[in-house]
Amino acid sequence: MRKPRWFSFVALLFVLSLVAAACADDEPSSTDSGGDSPTAACDEDEFGCVEVAAGDAIQLGTLLVIVGENSALGLDSQYGVQIAVDMYGDIEGHSVELVNEDEGCTPEGGTTGARSLVSNESIAAVIGTSCSSAGEPAAQITSDAGVVLISPSNTAPSLTDPATHQPFYLRTAHNDKIQGAAMAQFVGEDLGLKTAATIHDGSPYAEQLQQVFADTFTSEGGEITGQEAILVGDTDMKPALTSVAAAKPEFLYFPVFVAEGGALAAQGRETAGLEDTKFGGADGMLTPDWVEAAGADNAEGTYLSGPDLAFGGGFYEDEFLPAYEEAYGDPTAVFHAHAFDATTMVLNAIKEAAIVDGDSLFIPRTALRDAMFATSDYAGITGTLTCDENGDCNPGATISVSQVVDGAFERIWP
Amino acid sequence: MRFALPERWSVQRIVKILLGALLLFVVFKGVSATIADGKFTAAAWKSLITTGLALGSLYALIAMGYTLVYGILFIINFAHGEVFMSGAFTAFFVARTLNNSGFLNDQPIISIAILLLVSMLVSTTIAILLERIAYRPLRGAPRLVPLITAIGASLFLQNTFRGLYGAKVRAYPEIDILSGTVNIFSFVVGKDQLLVIAGAALLVVALYLFIERTKTGRAMRAVGEDKEISALMGIDVDKVIVTTFAIGGMLAGAAGVLWAINFKQVDFYMGFLPGIKAFTAAVLGGIGNVVGAALGGLILGLLEGVAPALLLTGYDVPSPNQLKDVISFSVLVFVLIFKPGGILGSDEPDKV
Repeated sequence: MRKPRWFSFVALLFVLSLVAAACADDEPSSTDSGGDSPTAACDEDEFGCVEVAAGDAIQLGTLLVIVGENSALGLDSQYGVQIAVDMYGDIEGHSVELVNEDEGCTPEGGTTGARSLVSNESIAAVIGTSCSSAGEPAAQITSDAGVVLISPSNTAPSLTDPATHQPFYLRTAHNDKIQGAAMAQFVGEDLGLKTAATIHDGSPYAEQLQQVFADTFTSEGGEITGQEAILVGDTDMKPALTSVAAAKPEFLYFPVFVAEGGALAAQGRETAGLEDTKFGGADGMLTPDWVEAAGADNAEGTYLSGPDLAFGGGFYEDEFLPAYEEAYGDPTAVFHAHAFDATTMVLNAIKEAAIVDGDSLFIPRTALRDAMFATSDYAGITGTLTCDENGDCNPGATISVSQVVDGAFERIWP
Repeated sequence: MRFALPERWSVQRIVKILLGALLLFVVFKGVSATIADGKFTAAAWKSLITTGLALGSLYALIAMGYTLVYGILFIINFAHGEVFMSGAFTAFFVARTLNNSGFLNDQPIISIAILLLVSMLVSTTIAILLERIAYRPLRGAPRLVPLITAIGASLFLQNTFRGLYGAKVRAYPEIDILSGTVNIFSFVVGKDQLLVIAGAALLVVALYLFIERTKTGRAMRAVGEDKEISALMGIDVDKVIVTTFAIGGMLAGAAGVLWAINFKQVDFYMGFLPGIKAFTAAVLGGIGNVVGAALGGLILGLLEGVAPALLLTGYDVPSPNQLKDVISFSVLVFVLIFKPGGILGSDEPDKV
């Protein structure tokens, strides 16, 4: 088929308009702050200000896994965010509104979601992500755009490692340096097991968590008989299971996510050499959806670590949980309180950094970041929160271990 | 050119031979180092082999659908993975109901037959609809066009089933008579694996006999040769093509239930990877060739099951199973370098 003469002209026009659109997206912050910003603070701020006009709502983004097999994890956090916003009330006469994006628990999803959120100039800060694999690219993108990103459930150590930490990234979740060590301690001391093997799925969360576990377990006198890996999306776990089964470990640790964790538990029960092996996982599988994916019989007896929800203090049980259960039913995962704390910290920081100008509000982005990082001795649900310069805000986080008993989670340690 | 090499010593040929030698060396070194390492017992190797065979049988069953359709229409039905998923996912709900009523373990044989029937019915229906809606209107179009509709249909089916049944991963109910193992020639084989391997072998042989021995089978081969001449000879081409899709769908439906029994899980996305792998198997064996697809499936399954441990343990690669796709796709690349038509395919150049 011969293309008509005008085809190339139309194509050129199309490309040019794309270029123009792309350029236009980059410009507004400078024209806005130069044009109608009344405050010098906005001009001085490297990333400019978020402007909230009279009568408009302050917009917060969420970037959580709210679709697909891991949605229990993200929706639980999103409900926590929503409750925090509802309880906080208005800031200087402006209500707070949420823009929700999905991150799919993948690097691609984190990238797409973060791009979409930072392209919206009126979003002041983002609560997210759920999964560390999505958090790595998202932290980079939001930090490049000067948007604060605070995660309720990213736990991979690399995210707040001084070498790889992104300047606008924080989290209220525990660092897996704490969780991996706690699990190793539980397995070695309380269960009294001497040999263990691990399987991860190549995601930053699982890979780093099993490594912390393995290092701690070894240093406390245990023996790691094998460290295998599968791929996210795999259904055939038998080769990996057979590989670790060769050494007949007493404990098999697979801190992965719902689908792969379910398949590992189901196929692991019938792998020769693992008949007497105890299974364990972590907070990525600490949801009824995982029990469903594994089958209740196969999940039975598995040990799962996660944040200790016995927070003490009356607020969580007397006010937060009733509000949550009334609106959304029983919690499906374990990071709603971390999401609540993260959101409240953001709202406090906005209140502190915002410049009131008549009926409108100007939030300098760098000042907002500084206010977040200056959070110190803040009494949240999940503990006393103090952010260090790498974005870890919950250094005193405690870990509990639950066991699946009759298809439900039962807290057994500490 | 004074120093021109004889025809049979072309540069290409020399490169191929060197490449082959290097490959053999790498494989030999890895395998011997692994065996010297002694990490795995003989029992573990046998277990890896049965695992690979079971997976390979399933790939072979799904690959039939790709290879049959390609053999007749010369298009690649990328929605075939979803045909596979639709049956397995639907049969899950039947299995759950049977399990809740206790029938599943009271009458396991009848239950498995019911599951297979339901799954094959759904998959066949989807495959026929797919042909009618997505491919027949484009029969005369250039070959790239149905390729794109195939991808569109694949996404459409995935999301339809996600909408119908939800995005959760579901555990397939356990069937008691299939748990436990049997001993065959000192191989410890899971009963579910035995069912998968035997069932797949039976179906593939049946399909082969059908194509070679029956009138419809002969008509299918004729349409594959030349659609127009076949039509002139009184063959109803549309009917033959629908039959082809139906057979592919039926085998995919059977594979779906066997897959779910073997790997214990279903979800709406379960067709994507097996679909890609089965397509790879079909290409590996020589696309268009039924025996080739079966062979390709078995080879791919065995590679995924055994090769990471056998090849990479010797090189001290940490977590070798993470690299199973690298190995299987490298094998595909090398096979296509040495034999562009696949193991049993014809080597005449053909554009897709």
